[in-house]
Amino acid sequence: MESASETLTLADLSRVLVAQAVAVEGEDEIAKRLQELGFCPGTEVRFERQAPFGGPIILSLRGYQLALRPSEAKRVRVQGISGAGSEG
Amino acid sequence: MKKDLHFALVGSPNAGKTTLFNALTGLSAKTGNYPGVTVDRRRGQLTVDGQRIHLSDLPGSYSLHAISEDEAVTAKVLHGEMDGGMVPDGVIFVADATTLERSLPMLADVLQIGRPTLLVLTMIDELKARGGDLDLFKLQGELGIPIVGVVGNRGLGVSDLRQRLPEVEAWSRAKNLPPANTEARFRWADALLARITRHPLAESPLTRRMDRILLHPVLGLVVFFAFLAVFFQAIFSWAAPAMDLFAGWMDAAADWVLATFPAGLPTELLANGIIRGVGAVLVFVPQIALLFALIFFFEASGYMARAAFVVDRVMGWAGLEGRCFISLLSSYACAVPGIMATRTIPSPRDRLATILVAPFATCSARLPIYALLISAFVPNFTVFGPFTLQGLTLMGLYLLGGCSAVLFAGIFKRSMLRGASLPFYLELPPYRFPSFRSVGLQVLRRLRVFLRDAGTVILTGSVLLWFLLNFPRQPIDPSLSPAQAHQQQIEHSLAADIGRAMEPVFRPLGFDWRINVGLIGSFAARELMVSTLAQVYAYEEVDGEFPGLGQLLTTPNAETGQPPMTFASAVALLLFFVYALLCLSTVAVIRRETGGWKWPLFMIAYMGVLAWCAGALGYALAS
Repeated sequence: MESASETLTLADLSRVLVAQAVAVEGEDEIAKRLQELGFCPGTEVRFERQAPFGGPIILSLRGYQLALRPSEAKRVRVQGISGAGSEG
Repeated sequence: MKKDLHFALVGSPNAGKTTLFNALTGLSAKTGNYPGVTVDRRRGQLTVDGQRIHLSDLPGSYSLHAISEDEAVTAKVLHGEMDGGMVPDGVIFVADATTLERSLPMLADVLQIGRPTLLVLTMIDELKARGGDLDLFKLQGELGIPIVGVVGNRGLGVSDLRQRLPEVEAWSRAKNLPPANTEARFRWADALLARITRHPLAESPLTRRMDRILLHPVLGLVVFFAFLAVFFQAIFSWAAPAMDLFAGWMDAAADWVLATFPAGLPTELLANGIIRGVGAVLVFVPQIALLFALIFFFEASGYMARAAFVVDRVMGWAGLEGRCFISLLSSYACAVPGIMATRTIPSPRDRLATILVAPFATCSARLPIYALLISAFVPNFTVFGPFTLQGLTLMGLYLLGGCSAVLFAGIFKRSMLRGASLPFYLELPPYRFPSFRSVGLQVLRRLRVFLRDAGTVILTGSVLLWFLLNFPRQPIDPSLSPAQAHQQQIEHSLAADIGRAMEPVFRPLGFDWRINVGLIGSFAARELMVSTLAQVYAYEEVDGEFPGLGQLLTTPNAETGQPPMTFASAVALLLFFVYALLCLSTVAVIRRETGGWKWPLFMIAYMGVLAWCAGALGYALAS
């Protein structure tokens, strides 16, 4: 796992494509809701696409697709899954 | 006589909950409001073997851990903290069979509450089509609760579900529940699913292919603008024939009453007050029906979420989110359906901000007065190419409304409506073909809410305004032409008294009492400004049109040497119309949607102050 030392968040996923959620930063309502939406440790998340001009990103997890704004996506720390292909 | 049973329908958005609710309750369902929150309360009834059953469709949510008061409704109902402490006899949990990984953790939360619960799995057909296979007997064994599979669109499994409801006391109860913390619930769900999955489902190939086009950076935008055009076209022009038809019926009915019954006050009240008031309500029905048919259709098909995704960045500049867009766009045709459409915005603050600015959008009812004043006061010379000064002025008024809406939404979101921000998230469900029956039932419910809650206020207000413009009665002088008789009447009406009393207030805008009477008349509907002005100036209408009214406004009066309206007053009036909330129907709908008079009164006040300032500024600059 070469990427383990690097701190990635969901907002960086366009570089990694597939990753495992590690933790949600913070204790506020947003953090709780992100957990409830399924961003729990170990959950596999895949980047699908981003809206133009820095708009929301679409992620696949737990059999469904979810759009988040980059500001909220930054709250979820992830770990790249090695060999999943880092080519964009 | 058996005791009535009460059930609550719970589940995440897009799980097929509404379709199932419609399949179970049909036309019996009614929409109301939960006290203190802006959440729809949908209730319906069904009877199974003589047992009467009440079903509440609780708002779709991803979690019982509410982060807003609106979301708290679901948990409160399940805990018996709503409806005077009434606890539902049973809970029907609706889950999409293709996304159990996400919905089982919430089911665990619902089961912890301890009410008898039945799990309904929807989209069983889609699960199979995508190659998935679940051992539902094993799932039932592990969870301990009864499970019914349905295909809501085709009604399969619904009669089975119906039969299970009366025997709620005999439902087997949940077992093997996980601890209450979030992580543990998700681990429990994953482990459970691993045990019952015979074959994992593949992605929906249709959705993947369609998203490649519909969310493409360029093609996606083209589709999005086409989608907007459909909405705009629908409420702007497709609804027009039906609106004209209703208006024609009401006019014919009013004329018939006037011709048939003896002339006098009761006849006039019936014809011009009540029947035309009913017409003022009915005229909105085609727009509302079409707009909601489109909204519900696109929502159930899965595209609405994509459209919100595409436009979210732009709406973000105004402090709003993608789902506010349809409301604002629709308000360009008419703020009434536009404000009703804010129901689809999940965040209460964004919803309120959208309602607060929606009337700035240039609705079609402003066009007649804009057209009248622009053609009368703006010279029609070509600026460049096909653009004339008149056309550019009209475009400027449209832009001014739109920019003001965005600006004020941003201001409200950063001041009054600031608070702990709710996260923005948007599920993109797979594309599905909507059930026409379900869409139709939802449209009917929306119309019923409009007619009952807003229609009554509009009707009462219309009759009141008619009264103001026609009382006290003037003796009819037979030597006067009908137009002069109208002028005679209106000049001595209560509205004219109010108009004169308002003169000091509106002097900085250059409005005399006649324009003020027009403003009062336009409160019943903005387009009535033109006909009220025509009456005030004793202008004879020609087949319901006012072809020379503009000329009359600019021609100097023989006695005073002054035209009825100056250029500066016309500028002030145009600006006043951009900002003022001169619309009884919009006020009625805001009251209904925000659940009280607080917000509509606030809006009349702030938009009025803004309109006055803009008008005074325009008058000063133009004089």
